[in-house]
Amino acid sequence: MKLAYWMYAGPAHIGTLRVASSFKNVHGIMHAPLGDDYFNVMRSMLERERDFTPVTPSIVDRHVLTKGSTHKVVQNIVRKSREDRPDLVVLTPTCTSTLLQEDLEGFASRGSMGSRSDVLLADLNHYRVNELQAADRTLEQVVRFYIEKAKRQNDLDVTKTAQPSANIIGSFTLGFHNHHDTRELKRILYELGVKVNQVVPEGGSVTKLKLLPKAWFNIVPYREVGLMTASYLEKQFEMPYVSVTPMGLVGMAAWVEDISKILTRQMKKMVCFKDYVDRQTRFVSQAAWFSRSIDCQNLTGKRAVVFGDATHAASITKILNREMGVQVVCSGTYCKHDADWFRDQVQGVCNEVIITDDHTTVGDMIARLEPAAIFGTQMERHIGKRLGIPCGVISAPVHIQNFPLGFRPFLGYEGTNQIADLVYNSFTLGMEDHLLEIFGGHDTKEVVTRSLSTTLGCSWSNEGLKELQRIPGFVRGKVKRNTEKFARKMGISDITVEVMFQAKEAVDLGGII
Amino acid sequence: MSTLFPETLIFECETGNYHTFCPISCVAWLYQKVEDSFFLVIGTKTCGYFLQNALGVMIFAEPRYAMAELEEVDVAAKLESYDELKRLCFQIKQDRNPTVIVWIGTCTTEVIQTDLEGIAPTLESEIGIPIVVARANGLDYAFTQGEDTVLAAIAHRYQPSYSQKLNKIETSSAFLNSDDSLLKLNYIRQKTLAKNTIGESQPGTFKFLTKLKQLSQTLFLKITSSFSEQDRLPQKQKEKQKDHQLVLFGSVPNTVSTQLTMELQKQGINVTGWLPSPRYADLPFLGKEVHVCAINPFLSRTATTLLRRQKCSLITAPFPIGPDGTRGWIEKICSVLNLLPHGLEKREADIWKSLEDYLQLVRGKSVFFMGDNLLEICLARFLIRCGMIVYEIGIPYIDKKFQAPELALLEKACQQMNVLFPRLVERPDNYYQVQRIRELQPDLAITGMAHANPLEARGVSTKWSVEFTFAQIHGFTNARDILELVTRPLRRNKALDRLGWTQLVKTNGDI
Repeated sequence: MKLAYWMYAGPAHIGTLRVASSFKNVHGIMHAPLGDDYFNVMRSMLERERDFTPVTPSIVDRHVLTKGSTHKVVQNIVRKSREDRPDLVVLTPTCTSTLLQEDLEGFASRGSMGSRSDVLLADLNHYRVNELQAADRTLEQVVRFYIEKAKRQNDLDVTKTAQPSANIIGSFTLGFHNHHDTRELKRILYELGVKVNQVVPEGGSVTKLKLLPKAWFNIVPYREVGLMTASYLEKQFEMPYVSVTPMGLVGMAAWVEDISKILTRQMKKMVCFKDYVDRQTRFVSQAAWFSRSIDCQNLTGKRAVVFGDATHAASITKILNREMGVQVVCSGTYCKHDADWFRDQVQGVCNEVIITDDHTTVGDMIARLEPAAIFGTQMERHIGKRLGIPCGVISAPVHIQNFPLGFRPFLGYEGTNQIADLVYNSFTLGMEDHLLEIFGGHDTKEVVTRSLSTTLGCSWSNEGLKELQRIPGFVRGKVKRNTEKFARKMGISDITVEVMFQAKEAVDLGGII
Repeated sequence: MSTLFPETLIFECETGNYHTFCPISCVAWLYQKVEDSFFLVIGTKTCGYFLQNALGVMIFAEPRYAMAELEEVDVAAKLESYDELKRLCFQIKQDRNPTVIVWIGTCTTEVIQTDLEGIAPTLESEIGIPIVVARANGLDYAFTQGEDTVLAAIAHRYQPSYSQKLNKIETSSAFLNSDDSLLKLNYIRQKTLAKNTIGESQPGTFKFLTKLKQLSQTLFLKITSSFSEQDRLPQKQKEKQKDHQLVLFGSVPNTVSTQLTMELQKQGINVTGWLPSPRYADLPFLGKEVHVCAINPFLSRTATTLLRRQKCSLITAPFPIGPDGTRGWIEKICSVLNLLPHGLEKREADIWKSLEDYLQLVRGKSVFFMGDNLLEICLARFLIRCGMIVYEIGIPYIDKKFQAPELALLEKACQQMNVLFPRLVERPDNYYQVQRIRELQPDLAITGMAHANPLEARGVSTKWSVEFTFAQIHGFTNARDILELVTRPLRRNKALDRLGWTQLVKTNGDI
């Protein structure tokens, strides 16, 4: 057993459901106890989804524990297939239902016999893999299933498209700025003359997965999800893939370089994007100019800590060090399963490396190093708040504010602008706070409170004050003012708890906002 | 008339494929309520991920709860649960030093059959901290029923011998420092006085303690009842208040418990304690002579435990939600304690009058409860009295005996307002419910967050049901807060309606 307060990566089935619900017309069925379907809440709230999340629980209750759930699961599969007519139903167990050791594979095949939809059982071990590993695995499983199905039906078209083309693999729901990243990558590929063949899983259709081999190559922008699929397709169809993360100017240049090499090899003629990269770097992106400007000069040697998933933490570390002259005193990731790759990436661009999924270890590290800014997940933002250190959020896990409505890619050339803003704002905010502290805060504070003071003519009893202290800070002032207003009006001089409650019940105060 | 209005309520039951929170979510509000507790949820990553996502930022304020995360070696029974739990509980004792540790059993401990109830007593004596075991799992319960299992577990393990410990703790300096209520301060102040009065009557025993409390409470009442002239009680009732002991059960913020306590004091009723109390060490005395009454509709197991194990006498009443419910609740308590309620009618009428601005917004509007927190029946009853039409009350579970007075009040409300009885659907099926919402097009759907945004996108106004669990909704004082919640989508949409963008999905308006 492990004493845990917080976790960076969720349980395996979340990864599976994220992949399944990213595809169009795929339905997830969770074999789970009541209350385990909060994935739907996350998707509906964080992504502000307009559509019902295509995930239904097949509830495991006492009855199921004693009698087994064969009938129930099969019935739920058949019913869902009839109601929503999905192309594919993905059946997934949760931690608990894994332990029941029921023949879910058997239920899936019985379910598929009774329905028009394809049915797949997600292949995962809850006690060995986390959300990200499971997502990677499930994506590969779905792709493999449809490639093999097409092969069996002699329906697999492997002729390449006339124009150079690529698949983008690994962008999916609840991913950190994934929608924006995909849009930015599509734009850049268009400018490079590369057509986008398929984007999977986000917005993709499983019936079109058999068209994946028509692309000339694959692009896997994120380290966490998509590599298994890319390497499967490489083995099957000798499709090359680009696994460099196109984040930051240097990262972008390397990514475009990889693409040009692949195209050169496949077209058997020299493809060179050097001019494009040069123009984008110097004039379209503002990041190169930003690093030269005197603003960024002030960042030189400033100390920062980076923590996040492998992709984002590694890329941001490199950007801070190589492109902005910031000293990264520690860089780390919670992707323990990918520790070697991560160490290799950040070697030489940071002083220390930390690999952990325990947020208290990360907190202790930050407290010890006292950086000027942190770049991390929502957890690091809260650690920073406690320690008074500003934090820019660069990686999942994230809150709703990290699903912005505006265009905010982290990848591509627009991504470099966004990252520059984020870094600069984090450091200047810290500087502003520091200056305020030196000058003793805002000088208007006293004047403002005096003009709002309304304690004329009545006083608070001890119990009244105590009750007032129980009211959450952000409304306390309002409650105090309203109560005093009420007391004055009623000619009450001593404000007791009773008077407070009476004030709340009185009609004419708040009214309808 | 009789054909239009069925004589009784009709109960239906569906498939149980519905969305609700896992009952372990109760740790979120219980750890805040019971200030000296520590909640240990023994489960898997799934449980932990739910808690950290459902409870949002609360997680960052050094919570007094944690996961004992089961790893592969634990579920494969390769490690002894006893040793593992001992290690973690010692760590908790060292870091936080709580007065009680509550173990929350989950689906996983059920499935692998960890004998938490068996382990707890041994470990408890080894560690020196009481351990309460509550099985708040998704196999058996929904959302707020989690609180029910915890309170039932506390009520179950409560033993008279415990009172001696209690006495010790109460008189310790820790107690002196606690600033929880006037009542306790008075109690301390009066302790010397009381000792003289009671004389030799067995100090250290429970009787002594109860008498002390009564004495200090009489004093407390004297102070508080002198708030205003009209609240002066008839002399007869004042004398009666010594005769009864009343313990209320259900967890509400301290402000609300103060409000309800004062409301009963106006009737000459002393509340001798609350389950849970803000500190575990201050649990009220329970026993044959104690009356107990619930303030929430999901507390049926706790009620049963208090009745059967502690031999308390249970007052089943409507729940103090909305002015009608609050009045019904007080009246029932009064009638059991042989007191004549006074001033209630006017109090209720005044509150209704003060709600008029909100009532104008809701009158004639229709509501659909998808059901997830068991508050549905009393909320529906209140909204019907507000002039709304309730199409369906979805609810995870109905204890018809425990909820009988509430169901009767619901029937009465329907008859009084001349509206049809709503459909009561236990263990609903969310998919079918969405079909019914499409047909009925209610003005408001009260639903979980999984469905709220998709319904809004299809032009159905929604209110997120979980807010009713966390908002202050009890008593006369907070009736306004319920309507504030209910009318929020109506007011928001009124503000946006003239823009004409109600359907925001790319279909023909199909749900």
